[in-house]
Amino acid sequence: MNPKKKQALPKTIQHQPVRFVLDGELIDVNDYTTNQTLLEYLRDTLQRKGTKEGCAEGDCGACTVVLGQLSEDKESIQLSTSNACLQYLPTLDGKQVFTVESLGSELADLHPVQRSLVEHHGSQCGFCTPGFVMSLFWLYKNKTQTCYQELLEVLSGNICRCTGYRSILDAGLHMYKYASSVIPTVPNTEDKNPEAEKWMSLAGPSPTQNNANLALLKRCVRKTTFAQYAQEERQDPSKLHYLAPQSTEDLASIVLDRPDATLLAGGTDIGVSITKAFTEFPLLVYTGNIKALKKINITANQTEVGSAVTLSQIIPTLLSEYPELEDFFKRFASLPIRNIATLAGNICNASPVGDSIPLLLCLDSHLKLRTGNSHRVLPLSEFYLGYQKTALQTGEFLESIQIPRRGQSAHLASFKVSKRHDQDISAVCAAFYLKHNDRSEHSIKIAYGGMAAIPKRATATEDFINNNHLNTETILQAMNILKQEFTPLSDFRASAEYRSKVAGNLLYRFLNEVIYPDTPPATA
Amino acid sequence: MKTETQNSHIGETLGHDSAILHVRGSARFTDDIREPRDILHAAIGLSEYAHATLVQVDLEKVRQAPGVIAVITAKDIPGANNFGAVLADDPILADTLVEYHGQAIFAVAATSANAARKAVLSASINYQDLPAILTARAAAEAHSYILPTEKLDSGDSQSAIDSACHQLSGEVNLGGQDQFYMEGQIAIATPEEQGAMQIYSSTQHPSEVQHIVAQALNIQSKDVTIICRRMGGGFGGKESQPSQFAALAAILAQKTKRPVKLRLDRDTDMRVTGKRHDFNIRYTVGFDKLGLIEGIEFKFSARCGMSADLSGAINDRTMFHCDNAYYLPNISIQSYRCKTNTVSNTAFRGFGGPQGMFAIEYVIDEIARYLNKDPLSIRRKNFYGIKNRNITPYQQKIRDNVIWRIVSELQTTSDYQQRKQDIAEFNANSRFQKRGIALTPVKFGISFTALHLNQAGALVHIYQDGSIHLNHGGTEMGQGLFTKVAQVVAEEFQVRPDLIKITATDTSKVPNTSATAASSGSDLNGKAAQQAALIIKARLIDFAADKYDIHTSEVIFKDSRVYIGDQSLPFEDLINQAYMARISLSSTGFYRTPKIHFDRTTFTGNPFYYFSYGAAVSEVLVDTLTGEHRLLRTDILHDCGNSLNPALDIGQIEGGFMQGVGWLTSEELCFSDQGELETHAPSTYKVPLCSDTPEDFRVNILRHNPNKENTIYRSKAVGEPPLMLGLSVFFAIKDAISSIANSALQAPATPESVLNTIKQNHLS
Repeated sequence: MNPKKKQALPKTIQHQPVRFVLDGELIDVNDYTTNQTLLEYLRDTLQRKGTKEGCAEGDCGACTVVLGQLSEDKESIQLSTSNACLQYLPTLDGKQVFTVESLGSELADLHPVQRSLVEHHGSQCGFCTPGFVMSLFWLYKNKTQTCYQELLEVLSGNICRCTGYRSILDAGLHMYKYASSVIPTVPNTEDKNPEAEKWMSLAGPSPTQNNANLALLKRCVRKTTFAQYAQEERQDPSKLHYLAPQSTEDLASIVLDRPDATLLAGGTDIGVSITKAFTEFPLLVYTGNIKALKKINITANQTEVGSAVTLSQIIPTLLSEYPELEDFFKRFASLPIRNIATLAGNICNASPVGDSIPLLLCLDSHLKLRTGNSHRVLPLSEFYLGYQKTALQTGEFLESIQIPRRGQSAHLASFKVSKRHDQDISAVCAAFYLKHNDRSEHSIKIAYGGMAAIPKRATATEDFINNNHLNTETILQAMNILKQEFTPLSDFRASAEYRSKVAGNLLYRFLNEVIYPDTPPATA
Repeated sequence: MKTETQNSHIGETLGHDSAILHVRGSARFTDDIREPRDILHAAIGLSEYAHATLVQVDLEKVRQAPGVIAVITAKDIPGANNFGAVLADDPILADTLVEYHGQAIFAVAATSANAARKAVLSASINYQDLPAILTARAAAEAHSYILPTEKLDSGDSQSAIDSACHQLSGEVNLGGQDQFYMEGQIAIATPEEQGAMQIYSSTQHPSEVQHIVAQALNIQSKDVTIICRRMGGGFGGKESQPSQFAALAAILAQKTKRPVKLRLDRDTDMRVTGKRHDFNIRYTVGFDKLGLIEGIEFKFSARCGMSADLSGAINDRTMFHCDNAYYLPNISIQSYRCKTNTVSNTAFRGFGGPQGMFAIEYVIDEIARYLNKDPLSIRRKNFYGIKNRNITPYQQKIRDNVIWRIVSELQTTSDYQQRKQDIAEFNANSRFQKRGIALTPVKFGISFTALHLNQAGALVHIYQDGSIHLNHGGTEMGQGLFTKVAQVVAEEFQVRPDLIKITATDTSKVPNTSATAASSGSDLNGKAAQQAALIIKARLIDFAADKYDIHTSEVIFKDSRVYIGDQSLPFEDLINQAYMARISLSSTGFYRTPKIHFDRTTFTGNPFYYFSYGAAVSEVLVDTLTGEHRLLRTDILHDCGNSLNPALDIGQIEGGFMQGVGWLTSEELCFSDQGELETHAPSTYKVPLCSDTPEDFRVNILRHNPNKENTIYRSKAVGEPPLMLGLSVFFAIKDAISSIANSALQAPATPESVLNTIKQNHLS
């Protein structure tokens, strides 16, 4: 977009309230603007100043909140962490929101995670602290114990510039031990302290309170909200800025009718374009309420991933089939981002450095695209036409991703290389898939992100490898071919030379480990 | 001094006074202050050129944009268009010339922050492009300097190098660093009666903000009040920088007669504000067969940016610290303060010291590689002596050297020798994964090198109920200064620290304060508060002695009570009695650091009151196929004198260390060929995360080492020195790849930087 272009102030949407649960109450938001985030709403409208803005792009975690959603059977509430700066306000409809203020008040004692942070001196300037509190609170509610590695993952989206983290990690490791000290003896019924009640339900399991929350959340979820694509609105599209259809059919018809519609899944990219570039989308269509698109169907031949499936949902599924990807997935975004970002979003935003794409290319994934009621299935390798350009046609959207099941005697690896281990964008991302019986009979697929305008297979290198006996000599030759095959760019993430060199070295690593699995590593 | 029998709050592991507020999210930062109904929000319009004349600045569309109430340019500034602290060369708004990409040209006040930020985008500005110098190297070649080149010569470096057994020379680039305080720059200005202005500013230097704002508004300092309860991190980035934003908010507030908040978003903050200076370092060294340095020459070229800011003192500190812990009898230092068309670089924890220490550590490491010896043996060979070999290049005698003790203890407790062997074995059997280890020392001089800044004031009131109000000139940015100073006052009155109300730094309470910087916060303000407390205490003792007819030596404060001969009474009872007897229960306190002096013309003297020491051992694992690395373990032993509060000091040590690690590994500032900063948010600028912290992290404070100087309870400053412990990680990486490297490792040691040093053919 042209930053110079003058833009009108956000229009107020009045035709439908956003309804969510906050601290045991239903909140109806009637007046909000098209560009409003949950963070702005919390700070400016509700005056809940505990949630902070550190970056407005989901990279620092100072705005971390916990969101609750009804589980599919509607019998429990599923919690997840999220960055309030990227959470587009209408997407909260039907959800429960916890902020740092939800955890206690001046009257009540501290929540165990808060107590543990205080005891371990886990805050210095205190600006990032509420975000850490919320990430730890989520963990506390979901697990009964934790370990160092898990904490690293749970806190991967939270920056602290003061402490060096050791004290925060210690606080996380020891937070459960404060449970008993904080939950007071059950107050007798005559003398009920509502503050303590609320706080107890947050600190630990409390069936009554959870039932109350559950009931409230059920009331919050309305069948029709934002789903109605009413006749009058069709006639006056200027009124319409946001829709959240509940069926794929509705989505298909909206997308068909409104070529100016932008699909909003996790919103990790759209959120940033709203907060940083003030982009105004004529119509955002949220896919997160469509149950059919949130499904993962596993058959004998393939894993079919609905386009509203988040990374947090799909990663465990893929890991159960490909446990060797564990290290790779650990580096794939921070937890709050994985909780909202979708695999489909990673594919459709067509970034040259989408971390899942090389892997999906190597796995020969296909995309099920839909226009109206008709479908076509396109190999992922044919999806990218140019820099941030896809084969999606007007009126068409991605319905699901089809990933073939694991083949026999297959070796798979995916590597991400970036300046920082966690929560960074790849300089180079690589995936390799080798079916091989012996050193001369094999077939390989190689794909890279960060090496071209689009994520791409290295077909010339593949051909060479497929036609040659594999040994150290041919590996080095393959690396040379690879170098010819790609002309990467230089930018602030890495130089072209570095990208080329690392792309080759990763190929070397993969093949070397496959061919010489049992050989003791040679000395340098 | 604390005695064992006293119930003391000094040396206690007290938590941060705001810890409970932090975890509840109720610690109020400037942006959290409830806004008046008529508040306006400001945004600033930035230059899109690194160096250009402003031909035409057309802001008509900005004025017409929805929600806009006022637009100002340089011409609208009633007073001085300058926020430069040392030289008047930092325009608040560029007038006819822009000198860096991101320089502020105009400012907008609108009804909402989004309206202001969007309005800014509709400006139409015509630039006449001028040639831009972007790097220190290019500036040095063009003799483009912002300040005169400084030289320091001690001994005869030239002949010492020439006659030495071995010579080495080289060049290394050392990157800058963004402070990345979590809370961005912010100011809220509220017009008061008679043209006065009250400003909430997130600043380490309220007095300077006050003076700059007064000059910009063309009013007097008495008419400007600056208040800061806490910052969400400062790290030096809120020393000279906040004046600009406070001044802009104040000018807009004065113009609109409404309160104005200017809060920079992260991207604007990183584009507009100064950072740690990046350096080009050249050296020549002569040494003997064992690695003893006989002569050394350094040429430092620092990218200062478009104005002087604090670059003079920062680069001086580089010169003061390029000895680190080593005796360099023959040394020649040339310090070039390069003027570039980039943002004016500024203070950042260490203040030039880290760059000097990096330089000498680099040279030591290169000597070790050349002689094929353990770098630690070269370090030990060159350490300052205790009784001799103890004169710095600037002729200060070191009287408190504990580096030998620290390094010996750490060597043992970290099992350095054994691990060194284990690593060699591991590396011999691992082709692509290499481990490395390094032990690096820190010696850091404490005091502002500008003599006049070494002063502080405090204000203590005791109310009739015995509760105590404490105020001082220092600012709280997370380091726990307020807690420490409250401990001092609690100690003097022998009351519980929670009896003391810690209040926001306020220029109307304590005037003419120095920045909370140079690690001096507790040293200066602790002493000033102690003096204020002692003045009141002396009055109370006199009063009690008189009233109870007893000698003053028999009035003793202990355990929240006052013992007067055989009887005792609660502290608050004595206070009430003193009030009734019309004894003043309020006092200011003042402190100035003794013994320090420095002659700039000869670059000699005693610029530092004392030195803080420390050392770290770090072990890393490097992937030589990608250049990526992991920090496996770090052991630290650090000198805090008699620690005022070990919990806070450990926090400073660990946090400083990791900030140093970020500077030297993942934090990379990239500028485009046009001089535009490309890494201006956490998505592109990578500060350490918790997974970058070593899982095995052993941090200890050196025991039984009271400050030899009479500092507050014999403690030592701890704000900056631990940052340089991060050097151990850089040199551990260098160690890991030493057997396969064929060029100089540049800093930061990003994966790319690491891979660049590795021989092309190490695969085959």
